[in-house]
Amino acid sequence: MDFGSINPVLLIAALLVASTPILLAAIGELVVERSGVLNLGVEGMMIVGAVTGFIVTVETQVPAVGFVAGALGAMVLSLIFGVLTQVFLSNQVATGLGLTLFGLGVSALMGQQYAQMRTPVSPRWEFFGLNETPVLGPILFNQHPVVYLSLFLVAAVWWFLRSTRRGMILRAVGENHDAAHALGYSVIGTRFAAIAFGGACAGLGGAFLSLVIVPQWTDGMTAGRGWIALAIVVFASWKAWRVLLGAYLFGGVSVLQLNLQAAGFAIPVELLSMSPYLITILVLVIISSDRRRASANAPASLGRPFHASG
Amino acid sequence: MKKRTFLATAVAATMATAAFGDGHEPTKVGFIYVGPIGDGGWTYEHHQGLLAVEEAFGDKVETMYQENVPEGADAERAMTQMALQGADIIFTTSFGYMDPTINVAAKFPDVKFEHATGYKRADNVSTYSARFYEGRAVQGHIAGKMTETNKIGYIASFPIPEVIRGINSAYLHAKKANPDVEMNVIWVYTWFDPAKEADAAKALIDNGVDVVLQHTDSTAPQAAAAEAGVISFGQASDMSEFAPLPRVSSIIDDWAPYYIDRVKAVMDGTWESIDTWDGIGPGMVKIGEITDAVPADVKAEALAMKDALADGSYHAFTGPINKQDGSAWLADGEVADDGTLAGMNFYVEGITGDIPN
Repeated sequence: MDFGSINPVLLIAALLVASTPILLAAIGELVVERSGVLNLGVEGMMIVGAVTGFIVTVETQVPAVGFVAGALGAMVLSLIFGVLTQVFLSNQVATGLGLTLFGLGVSALMGQQYAQMRTPVSPRWEFFGLNETPVLGPILFNQHPVVYLSLFLVAAVWWFLRSTRRGMILRAVGENHDAAHALGYSVIGTRFAAIAFGGACAGLGGAFLSLVIVPQWTDGMTAGRGWIALAIVVFASWKAWRVLLGAYLFGGVSVLQLNLQAAGFAIPVELLSMSPYLITILVLVIISSDRRRASANAPASLGRPFHASG
Repeated sequence: MKKRTFLATAVAATMATAAFGDGHEPTKVGFIYVGPIGDGGWTYEHHQGLLAVEEAFGDKVETMYQENVPEGADAERAMTQMALQGADIIFTTSFGYMDPTINVAAKFPDVKFEHATGYKRADNVSTYSARFYEGRAVQGHIAGKMTETNKIGYIASFPIPEVIRGINSAYLHAKKANPDVEMNVIWVYTWFDPAKEADAAKALIDNGVDVVLQHTDSTAPQAAAAEAGVISFGQASDMSEFAPLPRVSSIIDDWAPYYIDRVKAVMDGTWESIDTWDGIGPGMVKIGEITDAVPADVKAEALAMKDALADGSYHAFTGPINKQDGSAWLADGEVADDGTLAGMNFYVEGITGDIPN
């Protein structure tokens, strides 16, 4: 097949970068949902992560500190959600939506002085010259550290949920919180930890947007990526490796369609524009459909409030 | 009960507008924005216009605005709300607000509406726009002269006449400056999505483009161009924080004088429904400083073109120009009429690819 002016190596390298914010937000939300909590505030947490990461990087001139701050900032926001839903038993859907609105507003307020500023470029890893390797170099050995971190997190979450005691407790809490409580596990504590992890991941994804992809602060810059992450968790039927597949498919097709346009392929633009959504949904539905218990993958206690007296 | 309270408020608000619209109360001016005021581009410049109105009239005006209003049914809600709050004049600042503006205006005959970049008017709806394509001509010339790969990239938002005019104008003048030039257009279907705009810029650059033009609102493509070391142009606002490279020049929309004028007309009771379409000459479109990254002779040519466009001795669409399919559009020396330009839905000869419907 003739790729025209598209360079497949650059395309794959661009795909990994473009998918990372969604992947990070989605893997965090996956853990939150597996613990039985539905946090619809991903978009709000991402944008708060984006703005705190950006502000701290501008002030300290160290991108690494900015990433940590972005994760922490979003984590603080997620803990507000945690207190409201876990302690005061507020409705999770309403609180999550509120969190998104609040996050968008507060980030615009925080970022007012920082629009149009620039940050130091956060360097990519070069692996002692391995980045010069043809083909594999630009793809595998010349990415931003956070791209590797996101892949590590996917593997770690998969292993944690599957093979560790705490991971199984988290799943038990998500499946049946009354039983988990009866066994003496701390439902609220587990969920708080999951919510904080989800917040940190979303914040990291947001900071990756404002520090690497764009890189600058603009109001509302997440532009719906948090919602895509939420959708990917559902279509991935709450499985870590499928989240990876979903995020890379979405990011990949997004980048590919832009490249196909740039290279002047005679494919209707309307079709190309909707292709990321269409293809991601199709593929994830197909791989979920061959299991009889596909729908049973949803954590049974998802979105249900827990109170020890209940 | 609730409904009745709402209706009562509505009636009261409408009556208040009618009763106090004659100068005893501050004139209320509303703005509907498609993006955030901090976008650094399109909405930012409209908001500068709002600030200029406040500056000019002090406490004789009261302004209000709403950001990030989606183009569609939600826009009607936002406009209705502003009208109910007693706005005397409402500026709706994006093409997609056209039908919503007409619909809401029909419900509030005493409120004046001003719709940017559209073509539907009513007794209480004016339209205004700027001849951005004049600025595109200057950009196209610089782009054609400066490209080394002979590939110019264009990040386009929606397939509407305003955007298509810009692409055609930039292409025609790039081609005139450099006959080997090619134009690669990416449609992103958004006015504002920094990450997507950045991805589009990167995709263009990965495909060998070394000059990036954008018709979207954020500065993300500028940052991508800076990283890749290619040239870009500020859009809607100066974006001077990216000068001298990658941003070598810009198109600046200056709405302030128009807004002040129209608010004044409301105060004086002389407001009428009109259609304004101003370019470089009257100052609605400005060309931002051309930086030293541009060779001196190219800069001189660009400035000469700007002056010719300003005094009317040159029109950006002067024949001979053929349409993309090869059929004749303008004969030698003929200039395009505003009607055709306002509804432009075709590429000129030489641009590859189709305009999406």
